[in-house]
Amino acid sequence: MNGRKRYGWHRFINGTYIATFVIAVLTAAPLYWLIVSSFKTPVAMGASPPQFFPNPVSTANYSQAFVQYDFGIYFRNSIIVAVVATALVLIFGTLAGYALARTPMRGKFTTMVTLLIISLFPSIAVIAPLYLLLRNLGWLNSYQGLIVPYTAFNLPFAIWILRNYMLGIPKEMEEAGRIDGASPLRTLWSIIMPMALPGLFTAGIFCFTACWTEFLMALTINDVNNYKTIPVGIATFGTPLEVPYGTIFAASVVAVVPVGILVLIFRKWVVSGLTSGAVKG
Amino acid sequence: MAPVDMENLNKVYENGFRAVKDLSLDVADGEFMVLVGPSGCGKTTTLRMVAGLEDITSGDLLIGGKRVNDESPKQRDIAMVFQNYALYPHMTVRENMAFPLKMEKMPKDEINKKVNDASEILGLNDLLNNKPGQLSGGQRQRVAMGRAIVRQPTVFLMDEPLSNLDAKLRVQMRAEVHRIQRHLGVSTIYVTHDQVEAMTMGDRICVIRDGTVQQVDHPQTVYGNPVNIFVAGFIGSPSMNLYDATVGEGAKSLKLGSQEIDLPDTVLMRSPALRSYAGKDVTVGLRPENLPAEAPDKTGPRLVGDVSLVEALGSELQVHFTIDANRVLPEGAVGSDEAAAIGRGEGVAIVSPKTQVKAGEKLTFAVDIDDMQFFDRATGLAIRE
Repeated sequence: MNGRKRYGWHRFINGTYIATFVIAVLTAAPLYWLIVSSFKTPVAMGASPPQFFPNPVSTANYSQAFVQYDFGIYFRNSIIVAVVATALVLIFGTLAGYALARTPMRGKFTTMVTLLIISLFPSIAVIAPLYLLLRNLGWLNSYQGLIVPYTAFNLPFAIWILRNYMLGIPKEMEEAGRIDGASPLRTLWSIIMPMALPGLFTAGIFCFTACWTEFLMALTINDVNNYKTIPVGIATFGTPLEVPYGTIFAASVVAVVPVGILVLIFRKWVVSGLTSGAVKG
Repeated sequence: MAPVDMENLNKVYENGFRAVKDLSLDVADGEFMVLVGPSGCGKTTTLRMVAGLEDITSGDLLIGGKRVNDESPKQRDIAMVFQNYALYPHMTVRENMAFPLKMEKMPKDEINKKVNDASEILGLNDLLNNKPGQLSGGQRQRVAMGRAIVRQPTVFLMDEPLSNLDAKLRVQMRAEVHRIQRHLGVSTIYVTHDQVEAMTMGDRICVIRDGTVQQVDHPQTVYGNPVNIFVAGFIGSPSMNLYDATVGEGAKSLKLGSQEIDLPDTVLMRSPALRSYAGKDVTVGLRPENLPAEAPDKTGPRLVGDVSLVEALGSELQVHFTIDANRVLPEGAVGSDEAAAIGRGEGVAIVSPKTQVKAGEKLTFAVDIDDMQFFDRATGLAIRE
């Protein structure tokens, strides 16, 4: 550079800041447009030139989503399905991840590779047999009809994350637990899981988001209004003659909120560093 | 408090590697036993077998006279301090120390009392609400000790607990650990590869090599009368100068390269077996401190060496010298890097700091013949009776 120190806003004019700004704008623009449009009236929605700030500001789209289109039911369904499936994935994922990371067992590698292959399976490939299976079980249009497949499909990835996380926890921690008289389950609960919290949060957020946004299975398995989840619910807004964009946008904004809150709360937890001080600095 | 008896312990891993071979060792009630040896010699494996963290392939392990081979670590009533401390990072110091007591389902009041007592002994009172991440290395070490002593176990096991501390702190903690062990009087098995720790802390030390016990005795005895060439080379820093030599007629003299040293009768009285080595090759060992520098005209056994390096340590000078005899480096006792650094015929002498000597000069050393060690060239065993 020319060696001169830049002051004021001039110091922000360099390649890094410009690139960051462009990427930030490209990423945030659709979200901004979604939020802004959800507060527009149908007329303002189609205005030319487009309005970058809604005028007048209207909350009609929000009330319409909840009153006219049962969005509250979809929201409740999504919460039930995503929360239960995530909880199950974390319970089974922790147990399986711990076992694969620590216990001496044959066929560990094969198990891990199989899990990886399963997690890469496109859901379109399994949807037909899954539909038939669930129909035979009488699970179409039920919570468990989504919870069980969601758990199954998200488990492999969670096991991978948790296993890798647990591999990083010093073995001496468990040995100290054994010497201190803790049972294997107690060691897992009191020593390993608190240390694996970042891994648990990462797997949990990933799984919750996947369940929250899943469309294909939700559409195929639950087609009754009482069991529809948000993505399917929003997609069926309107009539063949009318697409209520404003309402769809409003519902989408509400749908983004839980995921946003989750990420904001757990962001600092996901950052590793919990293990500091356990062993030599 | 209880004695620990190991009888013919063996550890064979699944891949066939035999880490511990027929190891027998008795640790008396309240004794501080140090297991010492080069890395990979099986000392940590032995400790882990006592702890119950490693299965015993064969042999018997008795704690307090009771066979505990198949008992869990918890049932053995032992406490262990790990090399990397293994403190629970999400728990405070108090919770860390209380954890083993909580596992025993002890009432809360009693737990608090015991934790307070232990933290008093270790000077941890002000740190009880801190988490391990907020502590210094020495403090973490103390907490690890605290977690061990709070249970008042029958045996302490320590796996190189001081190796992660810096040199100064290590000296302090060495004394501290020793003091606590004396105070509590609990039988202790302490693993280290640091022979200074072994020498200063142990009531007895057990030198291990390749999974077998070489010598078990008081530190000073092991230092002064090593049973074989491995122990001689391993214990002591700088290590013992070991040279090939030939015993003269009637075991009256010793030929070290081109130099000849007279052997007085006292040597034969101490090591009568040396008589049968007359005219044969042996290995002799001389501790660096048994080679004081002397004026060239003095009488008595002497050795002249070419000085290659002088290291001033304040209280003493370490003089590296060369003679024309073959230097012996016992396998395993000296690290390969160290072995590569020692030239043919090179030895070390510790002399008074007042000695005037420079590299490149010749220096005459008086040989403290009574402390000279003799080893059989073939078996490596000490030549004594």
